[in-house]
Amino acid sequence: MTALAGQPNRAGTLRLGLYWARVELRLFWRIPAQVFFTFALPVLFLVIFAAVFTGDITAGPGRSIPFVQYFLPGIIGAGVMSSTFSNLAGSIAVQQHTGLLKRLGGTPFPRGAFFIGKILQALAVTVVQTALMLVIAVLAYGADLPDDAARWGTFIAVLLLAASSGAALGIAYTRAIPNANAATAIIQPPFLVLQFISGVFFRHSEIPGWLRAIAAIFPLRWMSEGFRYAFLPDWFGEVEYGSTWGWQWPVGILAVWVVVAGALAFWLFRWDRSSGE
Amino acid sequence: MTESAVSIRAVRKSYGTFEALKGIDLDIRPGEVFSILGPNGAGKTTLVEILEGYRSRSAGEATVLGTDPGRPTSAWRARIGIVLQSTAVFDELTVQEVVEEFSRFYPHPLDAGRVIGLVGLDEKRTARCGKLSGGQKRRVDLALGLIGDPALIFLDEPTTGLDPQGRRQLWDVVREFAALGKTVVLTTHYLEEAEALADRVGVIIAGEMAALGTPREIGGRQQGLTHVAFEATGVLATTPLPSGLGGTSSQQFVTVATATPTAAVVALAAWAEELGFDELPGLVVTRPSLEDIYLRMVADADAADATRTGDAP
Repeated sequence: MTALAGQPNRAGTLRLGLYWARVELRLFWRIPAQVFFTFALPVLFLVIFAAVFTGDITAGPGRSIPFVQYFLPGIIGAGVMSSTFSNLAGSIAVQQHTGLLKRLGGTPFPRGAFFIGKILQALAVTVVQTALMLVIAVLAYGADLPDDAARWGTFIAVLLLAASSGAALGIAYTRAIPNANAATAIIQPPFLVLQFISGVFFRHSEIPGWLRAIAAIFPLRWMSEGFRYAFLPDWFGEVEYGSTWGWQWPVGILAVWVVVAGALAFWLFRWDRSSGE
Repeated sequence: MTESAVSIRAVRKSYGTFEALKGIDLDIRPGEVFSILGPNGAGKTTLVEILEGYRSRSAGEATVLGTDPGRPTSAWRARIGIVLQSTAVFDELTVQEVVEEFSRFYPHPLDAGRVIGLVGLDEKRTARCGKLSGGQKRRVDLALGLIGDPALIFLDEPTTGLDPQGRRQLWDVVREFAALGKTVVLTTHYLEEAEALADRVGVIIAGEMAALGTPREIGGRQQGLTHVAFEATGVLATTPLPSGLGGTSSQQFVTVATATPTAAVVALAAWAEELGFDELPGLVVTRPSLEDIYLRMVADADAADATRTGDAP
């Protein structure tokens, strides 16, 4: 009791974070239009891509995969980034500029618990959204799921690490948003540019080296490789990424990004942006 | 010696070349209800937000409940309650949910149901915050300020948007809270509110503490003076007043400020009779309210400012 009085919530940051995740999920589920579009958008992407790109990718005798199998990992990756980075940066920017978070900042509620709540909410949404896309890809388009435990493990690890780092980067990125009306304009560019240079929509091997080098700094490129490793045969990786293809680099680099993004969030996040700095 | 609830010395705040606060000194005793008055843009909110730990100060010393608000700790935050000027709520949560969630932040919170009852929202317990009226949202704000059972609560214009009944109800809550020996720092535009609740009032104008004292003492020089006014009709407007009475004239009224209103009325009646008036037309005798004094202070400051900067008033 007395120990708690000195540091009222130090011991409880994780517990408060779990409670806050429940709050965030309630806030999410109670706006049906938001729920619908959050889940519908990546599914729509999948449907459109499947309608436009038909046929197979072939790289020599015995080396052929359906196009849907090729772009499924990329679309899952874009969905992860959208439901973590973009959604959190946008929603937090609005909450900062309306003074909603200023109120939280005036209480003993630790920012760590707030981050945990936000990140867990984004993770939950991402997992449901990804599962939905997998079900549709398999049932409607005959895509193949990862075919062994190692690849499933890679898929799940990459999904959770990428979603966590994307969410934490979204929190940190709110510092670049000077007012809520500008949020979309400021969130879209990094999101779009990284999608194009990280091998989400274009084949990684077709992107010029200097762009690949830039993309290699950011998590999205590693998320793409990790997902492709899980969903595509080894020969494809060798064509796309060369001999270093595997789960080790994506998982390792994304794990580092989780730590870096978390540190950036603590450093850059402000409860209140409603009045000047 | 008991520790002051709030103690600040020579606190300044500059934004670039603009000085929002030009050196404020203030001590607020534990258990005191202290009200900060001032026109918009005078620096009230800047001062309060420095005390609340939201803004840094440019210079000066400050302690709030023994802690430097420039370095807020969570233990310190657990002992203060804040009701911000702007209402912002989680629209999708119910009143009960939002008060309960906030209660988790504190080591020794009050019971959520009790606080909801205290602010008069029992009937709206299960309503979503987004569906509440402006006044009801304001009550949620107050509930969130009280839920941690703070030793000191900051209320920034808490009754804005409340109807008269709601205002009285909130006053009762503040009085009840103060009766427990807790400290209240109240920012308000309503002078009657400051008069009704505050032990002492500080008036901030253009970044400076223009006056500080009990509502009765505030502008004490003027509080003692009663205004005797009559209609400025014919020679009454042009003839010099009896000796010893200073007056100001407007187009319609001549006003005399005096510490001895009875004698002033007798002298004026004799003076008027000599001029051919049996009655002083439209005679009014008034004691200025805190509001009159406050408005005059603001007007004086504006006039002084206009002179200094050379602007046309």
